[in-house]
Amino acid sequence: MITKRIIPCLDVKDGRVVKGVQFVELRDAGDPVELAKFYDEEGADELVFLDISASHEGRKTMVHVVEEVASQLAIPFTVGGGINALEDMKRMLRAGADKVSLNTAAVLNPTLITEGSDFFGAQCIVVAIDAKYDESLQSWRVYTHGGRNATNWEVIDWAREAVKRGAGEILLTSMDKDGEKSGFDLALTKAVSQAVSVPVIASGGAGNGQDFVDAFEKGEADAALAASIFHYKETSVKEIKSYAKQQGVSIR
Amino acid sequence: MIGIIDYGMGNLYSVSKALERLNYDYIISADPAELRKAKGLILPGVGAFKDAMEQLNQTKLTDFIKEEVAKGMPLLGICLGMQLLFEESDENGVTKGLELLKGRVERIPGITAEGQTYKVPHMGWNSLDFHQQSALLDGISEGHVYFVHSYYVKTNDQDVLLATSPYDVEVPAVVGKEHVFGTQFHPEKSSAIGMQMLQNYANFLEKRSPSYEQI
Repeated sequence: MITKRIIPCLDVKDGRVVKGVQFVELRDAGDPVELAKFYDEEGADELVFLDISASHEGRKTMVHVVEEVASQLAIPFTVGGGINALEDMKRMLRAGADKVSLNTAAVLNPTLITEGSDFFGAQCIVVAIDAKYDESLQSWRVYTHGGRNATNWEVIDWAREAVKRGAGEILLTSMDKDGEKSGFDLALTKAVSQAVSVPVIASGGAGNGQDFVDAFEKGEADAALAASIFHYKETSVKEIKSYAKQQGVSIR
Repeated sequence: MIGIIDYGMGNLYSVSKALERLNYDYIISADPAELRKAKGLILPGVGAFKDAMEQLNQTKLTDFIKEEVAKGMPLLGICLGMQLLFEESDENGVTKGLELLKGRVERIPGITAEGQTYKVPHMGWNSLDFHQQSALLDGISEGHVYFVHSYYVKTNDQDVLLATSPYDVEVPAVVGKEHVFGTQFHPEKSSAIGMQMLQNYANFLEKRSPSYEQI
């Protein structure tokens, strides 16, 4: 049986991990490679690095971070943030990333998905969707620019479109649940997972082990991602995995 | 030294970095004269079967690989590189492979015998079921490895199946015959077990070399 994946997400700005990381035992809490190694040892199945640098210099630094991580880790990882063109994808994949994640750029220019997929294979191309429930739609709407701009896309339609254009995986973030620690948006996750033929990563709302179990069993997610609960050591990858395993979820 | 075959389709970086972590020498090259100096070859591969074979044919690497393997040069194919070892593939029309092992490559159906759909690509960590002893599997008795693929090998030659992984179909995960090996998953991304397999391949080369040419 293929196992369900637990994925810590690291926000990287100008080459350093941000978001108030509390890892006292690490020599350098802000070093992406140190943190990546820590999560690897904890049993993380995969990692996501989100480049939130605003400057050109910061983006260049990210390439070095990716090279460094790739040279020291033997687990897969995805890089997202600031990937706006085929050239950006090339740069990250050549530096050693296994996948790139497209968000706003994919909505603004959907042919980018196809270009990347044709060039590198669908398995390299993750489309990240920021979703928020919309009363008037009676469904979820796609947001771009870090959740600031509403689009006309309905999430299910956009997910299907993205897959049709060559996305190999969907990273689905619930803006309603993000940071609430009250569990993933199960209805959203299930709806998208059933609508597409590729794996879906649930994101936003992770609080405890049961939330992950629910995401897999009720939300039908293939993987689940979290940031703050791991960074702030409210729980650990190891703890989540052993709990999920006890509950009968297939876990590495 | 391992020769990583560079034909423009591989994730060369991650394979070479894995060998660096093992402290094992390698070269990345498309030049037969260079690659011939190696004790064994790695054929990586990401992308489509047809494109890969076109590249290998155009660069005459197909002939080089076949000749060297016939002379006894060990070869390890990874992911698409493993699929290329077989006779042919259905991906984007039927394409002939390297024909070093018996079997063909087909798309994972994505639908069960009962008509239920499931996800393709087969992506993520899956367990291994071991069928036969092999130098590549020394010291490995259980564990999960990382897969990303939509096509899989179908073979009637049970002898080449060293390990499989259960999806809806049984996915050949590690194949091997004499000095030709393949892994459908990415050993360089499969944590300690994957690194052990690469180490085993390096050990196999060390034990075998330099005498293989006399075989």
